[in-house]
Amino acid sequence: MTSANNQMPKTLTRPDLFRLFWRSSFEQGSWNYERMQNLGFVYVMMPAIKRLYDTPEDQRAAVLRHLGFFNTMPYMQSTITGVVANMEVQRANGSQLDDQAINNVKVGMMGPLAGVGDPIWWGTFRPVLAAFAAGLAQGKASLIGPLLFFFGWNIARLTFRWQSQKVGYSLGVTITTKTGNLLPKLTQGASILGMFVMGAVIPRWTSIEMPTVIARVHAHDQLEQLTLQNVCDRILPGLVPVLLTLICLWLIRKRVNPIWLMLGILVLSIFGYSIGLLGVK
Amino acid sequence: MSVTVIIAILVVAFLAGMDGILDEWEFQQPLVACTLIGWLLGDVTTGVLFGGSLQMITIGWMNIGAAVAPDTALAAVGAAIWVCGPAHLTVAEGLAIAIPLALIGQGLTVIVRRLVVKLVHYAERSVRQGNLNVITRVHLLSLTLQGLRVVIPTALILLVPTTLMQTFKAGLPHNVVMGLAVAGGLLAVVGYAIVVNMMATKWLWPFFILGVVLAAITALNMIALGLIGLALAIIYVQLQSQTRPPSGPDDEMDELDRELEDL
Repeated sequence: MTSANNQMPKTLTRPDLFRLFWRSSFEQGSWNYERMQNLGFVYVMMPAIKRLYDTPEDQRAAVLRHLGFFNTMPYMQSTITGVVANMEVQRANGSQLDDQAINNVKVGMMGPLAGVGDPIWWGTFRPVLAAFAAGLAQGKASLIGPLLFFFGWNIARLTFRWQSQKVGYSLGVTITTKTGNLLPKLTQGASILGMFVMGAVIPRWTSIEMPTVIARVHAHDQLEQLTLQNVCDRILPGLVPVLLTLICLWLIRKRVNPIWLMLGILVLSIFGYSIGLLGVK
Repeated sequence: MSVTVIIAILVVAFLAGMDGILDEWEFQQPLVACTLIGWLLGDVTTGVLFGGSLQMITIGWMNIGAAVAPDTALAAVGAAIWVCGPAHLTVAEGLAIAIPLALIGQGLTVIVRRLVVKLVHYAERSVRQGNLNVITRVHLLSLTLQGLRVVIPTALILLVPTTLMQTFKAGLPHNVVMGLAVAGGLLAVVGYAIVVNMMATKWLWPFFILGVVLAAITALNMIALGLIGLALAIIYVQLQSQTRPPSGPDDEMDELDRELEDL
């Protein structure tokens, strides 16, 4: 600690920060059932640890204090890495931050950030982008679908990782007070958008046909057949897919494994076609 | 199939397998993986078409916390080989076969995730003995194992003779083939249910209803619908922050304070 006084203050260079950012895209590589992303977090932090601590003992201590349990939504880890890097810089320059303080910040942030990141990234953005791109891919087999999905996702993800790491690094622990107000609003807004889009996607992109003729009506001087599908469509377009989704939702909440639901739909489809209730458009 | 194509397919399988754990670059997603496999097998159109259909089914599969979802990587790569390759399964048959492949892939990633516990213990011991480079090496080794858990089954799939698949296909009764086609249009509802289940709280249901109803207006395309959703979200959040009493006065006080400080 005496050496800190007669040296240049230690800091991370821009290439260092870029290395943290690059490694972040591989953070979950060693995900394991015991301490989950612990080794991944250290893997990301390695360039910073090597820059900030000179002696092998200090480096080893830094690695070991970051090997504790860690798990969050992977993209939100960039924010935490930024904040932790900020604290490590302070510590390397002689501040009194102990292991416990750094670990408390890490563990304290991972839960709330996962709570925001999961619904926004997995719950909203990916389904919306994927559904949109898959719609393009299914319709005209257009290459634009996959390209839009791949580049749209990665540009958004990498921009977010770089920016949030930067903000985390410059604000340090004060980030929790500065963004505390924004996060719930963001989650709320994303959930609204997600629910709305799911509501729109279900009737649009599910196809069902029930060809059973239940009535014959005279219209425009012609005998028109009214199928079960026509009747449902007249009540509300997309009625059956929405009802099916709600049944699946109810069963998922009863802890039925989704794979069983899919196998169930396979069996019902084959059975339904055999008895003539379900058809192909 | 030439050796180059086989190697290229295994490379795609490796990328998809690694991304199955990373969840970063999205090579594990059907839209990307099936398109690449279709392109390598000389039928990119079928690859895109099948990728889009499988993507709709897997749309709600996500790894949250410690829960492991069915595996899209092996499902996408394996089924795409049979759909775009010489076996020429239909899209519907490919979707049906993708489901068991997803379960196998899920089982394999769970095994690797258990195995990595031991590797991490080894890394920790080595660090205590002073070896710091072990961190990066063990991390990348674990990632490689995750890649191989898709590469190896893919190699086995490539070994299945085309004639066997065609015999299997020819043996399917007509009702099953058509039933699979029916299921192809419906299977996506399970994925939608998973997504809705994750987001749905009581106050959100009105937005779901609005989505269902507005989707019936065919003049509105998905971009228009997305913008309506975005506008609704912004309006709701703005109104709520205005009407909530505790945050309002505080903000005003803060602004007053700042103005006083400026003076």
